Amino acid sequence: MATTYAKAEKAARAAQAAEAAEAAEAAETGSASESADAGRYAARLRHVSKSFAGPGGEQLVLDDIDLDVAPGEFVTLLGASGCGKSTLLNLVAGLDRPSAGSLTTDGRPALMFQEHALFPWLTAGKNIELALRLRGVPASERRARVEELLALVRLHGAYGKRVHELSGGMRQRVAMARALAQDSRLLLMDEPFAALDAITRDTLHDELTRIWQETGLSVLFVTHNVREAVRLAQRVVLLSSRPGRVAREWTVDIPQPRRVEDAPVAELSLQITEVLRGEIRRHG
Amino acid sequence: MADTETTTATRPTRGAEQGSVEAGLDALEVPATSRPPLRQTVVHKILPPLIAVALVLVVWQALISLKIVDDPAKLPSPADVGREFENAWLEGRLLGYIWTSVSRGLLGFLLALAIGTPLGLLVARVKFVRAAVKPVLSGLQSLPSVAWVPPAVIWLGLDNSMMYAVILLGAVPSIAGGLVSGIDQVPPLFLRAGRTMGATGLRGAWHIVLPAALPGYLAGLKQGWAFSWRSLMAAEIIASSPDLGIGLGALLENGRNASSMAMVFEAILLILFVGVAVDLLVFSPLERRVLRGRGLLVKG
Repeated sequence: MATTYAKAEKAARAAQAAEAAEAAEAAETGSASESADAGRYAARLRHVSKSFAGPGGEQLVLDDIDLDVAPGEFVTLLGASGCGKSTLLNLVAGLDRPSAGSLTTDGRPALMFQEHALFPWLTAGKNIELALRLRGVPASERRARVEELLALVRLHGAYGKRVHELSGGMRQRVAMARALAQDSRLLLMDEPFAALDAITRDTLHDELTRIWQETGLSVLFVTHNVREAVRLAQRVVLLSSRPGRVAREWTVDIPQPRRVEDAPVAELSLQITEVLRGEIRRHG
Repeated sequence: MADTETTTATRPTRGAEQGSVEAGLDALEVPATSRPPLRQTVVHKILPPLIAVALVLVVWQALISLKIVDDPAKLPSPADVGREFENAWLEGRLLGYIWTSVSRGLLGFLLALAIGTPLGLLVARVKFVRAAVKPVLSGLQSLPSVAWVPPAVIWLGLDNSMMYAVILLGAVPSIAGGLVSGIDQVPPLFLRAGRTMGATGLRGAWHIVLPAALPGYLAGLKQGWAFSWRSLMAAEIIASSPDLGIGLGALLENGRNASSMAMVFEAILLILFVGVAVDLLVFSPLERRVLRGRGLLVKG
């Protein structure tokens, strides 16, 4: 069941990628339109700024952010506290509006939080089903689809389980299945594994990498954990703090599956940590 | 060389190995939940209140037997009160008393439910209504509804509508207030999660806000029933009329007029019994069910 789902999904993504390539060609010949743009980027941010009314007047949280996420790309946003990572994610999720700049996403993104945010009045399966129901999947197809998604996160037979009967790691996997049920092309993740213990986090990294590869989703993953960022991403974007600006970017060429203990991962993490420390020191 | 060999040796098996690690973690970390055995329920939940009741009866009987209170007009013996119950039962009056009051109380409560629920929704969701009505609701909750009996009698006369008015004034604020605090306490995270899933407006209210507010609403209903019952008893004791039939409050008042302390005790015990029974049979199981489903019930 799970494999057929993944295959179908893969085929759909491949078709999308082909479309994107065409769009890219069109762009080169100078006839790019807005809709072509939407297929080419899972998310595109241009000169995005955000300020909030604070006690000392307007407070600039994000300053002139340029960021693209390509279809199927895995990007991690890295930064110390106060860099506006979560604010940025809220903007992309459409929960808040930028003060300036333009932001386009390919459809409505799905969002996963640090807390599982599962509804305790529903079972695990019904939580996933609600996401399907809210996007108009007919009742007759929902149950089978939920079982597919549960299989995808390796939670066979958890349909009738209540949220409090699941462990922290299982809850986050159900939350992941619920996010996937939204069938978005872009998955936003706001430190989803920060509250888990190290071993559980490790297995969830493997799960996320596998699911990302099977589904061809684009992922924008926010974290303050450098090794986690390097372990998962194709591209790491470092934000500076107060206000948040794109400080530097790294492309991660290490082949998957990776582990946080792998030498190249550790080496790049060390290098990024040095730059991050420098960013933090500027505020001392 | 050795390095690459180890990596190629471990990598292919990782998928399977990782799946089993995960399965192990799942099994280890799932909290064990089981219902306590029947014997334990009897010993911990049912026995203690029975012992407490038995103790009260023993002390009561001792007061009579040891002649510490020697005036049946002040304290009847348990046997006297028992005989009063027996007579009322044999003459077929007992269920009539109970039904007169319970039917009034339940109908009044249902009316209060029908009015309090939309009112609570309005207060919770509409800013102007909240600013205007919420202080009044809190004020009414602390006003003993007995205070409404005299004006209700003057406005509506001595009939059932006056009883319902008093019940409504007692119960509506509790029900509406419970729903408002239930909605206010919905975690913002649920609302955000709902919005990213497309649950906004009415769909958000139906799928997210109302189910999340259910525990607060139920607490309001429970308190609303207690207030309904209390208000009704106050109204029945103060306003008695042959047209109104004999409910439990009227029974108490009749006992006082007839200087029959046994009848007064009978009425008090029945009022207590109905209040506790409705709570135990209706509201507590409902509340327990909802809380247990959400993992919010602390075992103790």
